[in-house]
Amino acid sequence: MKTAFESTDPFTPDARHIAIIAAGLSDPSSTSLLAKQLGQTTADALSARGHRPELHHFELRTVATDIADSMVTFSRSEQLSEMINEVEQADGIIAVSPVFKASYSGLFKSFWDLVDNEALKDVPVQLGATGGSPRHSLVIDTAMRPLFSYLRMRVMPTGVYAATEDWGSVDTTKNPRDHESNAAYLDRRIAHAGQDFAEVVARLDPRPRRAPLQPKELEVIPFDQLLNGPDAS
Amino acid sequence: MQFGVFTIGDITPDPHTGKAPSEHQRIKDTIKIAQHAEQAGFEVFATGQHHNPPFVAPGNPPVLLAYLAAATENLILSTATTLITTMDPVRLAEDYAYLQHLAGGRMDLAMGRGNTGPVYPWFGKDIRQGIPLAVENYNLLYRLWRETEVSWEGRFRTPLQQFTATPRPLDDVPPFVWHGSIRSPEIAEQAAYYGDGFFHNNIFWNKEHVIQMVQLYRQRYEYYGHGKAHQAYVALGGQAFMREKSQDAWNEFRPYFDNAPVYGHGPSMEDFTKMTPLTVGSPEQVIERTLEFRDWVGDYQRQMFLVDHAGLPTKTVLEQIDLFGEKVLPMLRKEFAKGRLEGVPEAPTHDFLKARQAAGKAPVAGGGEGSQAFLDRQKANEEAPKK
Repeated sequence: MKTAFESTDPFTPDARHIAIIAAGLSDPSSTSLLAKQLGQTTADALSARGHRPELHHFELRTVATDIADSMVTFSRSEQLSEMINEVEQADGIIAVSPVFKASYSGLFKSFWDLVDNEALKDVPVQLGATGGSPRHSLVIDTAMRPLFSYLRMRVMPTGVYAATEDWGSVDTTKNPRDHESNAAYLDRRIAHAGQDFAEVVARLDPRPRRAPLQPKELEVIPFDQLLNGPDAS
Repeated sequence: MQFGVFTIGDITPDPHTGKAPSEHQRIKDTIKIAQHAEQAGFEVFATGQHHNPPFVAPGNPPVLLAYLAAATENLILSTATTLITTMDPVRLAEDYAYLQHLAGGRMDLAMGRGNTGPVYPWFGKDIRQGIPLAVENYNLLYRLWRETEVSWEGRFRTPLQQFTATPRPLDDVPPFVWHGSIRSPEIAEQAAYYGDGFFHNNIFWNKEHVIQMVQLYRQRYEYYGHGKAHQAYVALGGQAFMREKSQDAWNEFRPYFDNAPVYGHGPSMEDFTKMTPLTVGSPEQVIERTLEFRDWVGDYQRQMFLVDHAGLPTKTVLEQIDLFGEKVLPMLRKEFAKGRLEGVPEAPTHDFLKARQAAGKAPVAGGGEGSQAFLDRQKANEEAPKK
């Protein structure tokens, strides 16, 4: 365990930075709402454990054209660079997408396509998805989970799926299982996920942080090794 | 300080007419552009290397450059870039040495890996080996120009037994080489290792990355003992479109920008001019922007400008070159000379390289005696377990 002084964020050694990525398309959006609530319960649980939560909430719709530009050219806008920079050094990620055509949205995928393959190794990620019908709920496990497994992240076992009716509807306010409204049940699922997620994030050491807008350090392989192989002196 | 124009030889329809020049026309106009650049006061002309439409930059740049050597007086002929990954180093050694003789030493070249993935298989190469190819091929080329008999074995080409590349370089002084890369630290390291130049074609890339790559090259150049960090050889790309009145430049260039290859149909011109060194505006604005590059990377040796792409009519391109010659270059020369650190060398010319070699001061690949790299190697050898 690192001591406070060895932390690279010396002013706030107990800080845990959580990057929240919401891929909702409208404003307000239920995707954004779910992401915020997951962030809040995580922050509360981190605070309760004596950590200082730093939430960085990002709405992908604000950089939709930047993402597209970045895919077809070399250029990357400052706003998008800052976002990726924050995501790549977060202590935990909350990723929430709407369900489109049996999967996450294209915007959501495009964003993750721009993130460095190695940058998020071992970083915990809490998944969430929203949709018009509860029948899409397995998208979290069939579509989202493999994406983050590919990035070799620690994907939390339980994702939170919110269908339209979970936000509260007149007809189905009662959940037959426990006489609890869908909305109350969603709240409980969110709180549970946030606590679980905070527990995992809190157990890990904080990750090193870069100064704002500093690109990643360039790695130098001495040329002798490039030329003659790794055994060259 | 040298200034130059570089071309990718794209054949792009003029958005106003929908018509593109024929390949023949574009190739002939390239000659005109190079000659015009010389008359306007540019020192350098560089061509890309392309193997696919819509480009007519030559597949073998010395073909064009040899013609230009005869059609110009003082222009230094260069490449941006020579594909070190897919070309046989033996042919590169021969063709560029031949060009060096024809041009009387008025040439150098920039090595690159190219940004067109499909090129690799056309030449039987594997794109995943891009860096190893650049490393091995250049090492062979480097030796072919410096050793009269080369026996060599590597991964990517058949072995050589006591092979002599002909012709030998002019005055036995190999052409100066720049290594170009946008984002691979390995290439900055390669340039530093050999004491060669580093070319960052920053026209598509954010300034933080440009700074980082050039700094890395400079630090490693010093580590290998070729000089102080600020004495390393740096070339940058740039891109401008100008008219006397800034607004005229914006109005005129926008349709070309919007349809340009590579970045067209992407970011807006407003965003792109902010994110990259592209300057659209008055000559004063181009001067101001270009002078900023020195704040990023320190005093440097060569500044290249892209002026002839995206379907701009040749007449417009020649006007741009005139504006550079009349308004921009004289001011840039004056301003870049101010406060230039002592000991910062000019861009290498053949005469300079010849004198340097005669004085026994040519860089030693990997760092000669007295360099930190040399000391580190010695130390590592001493510490290595005896066999």
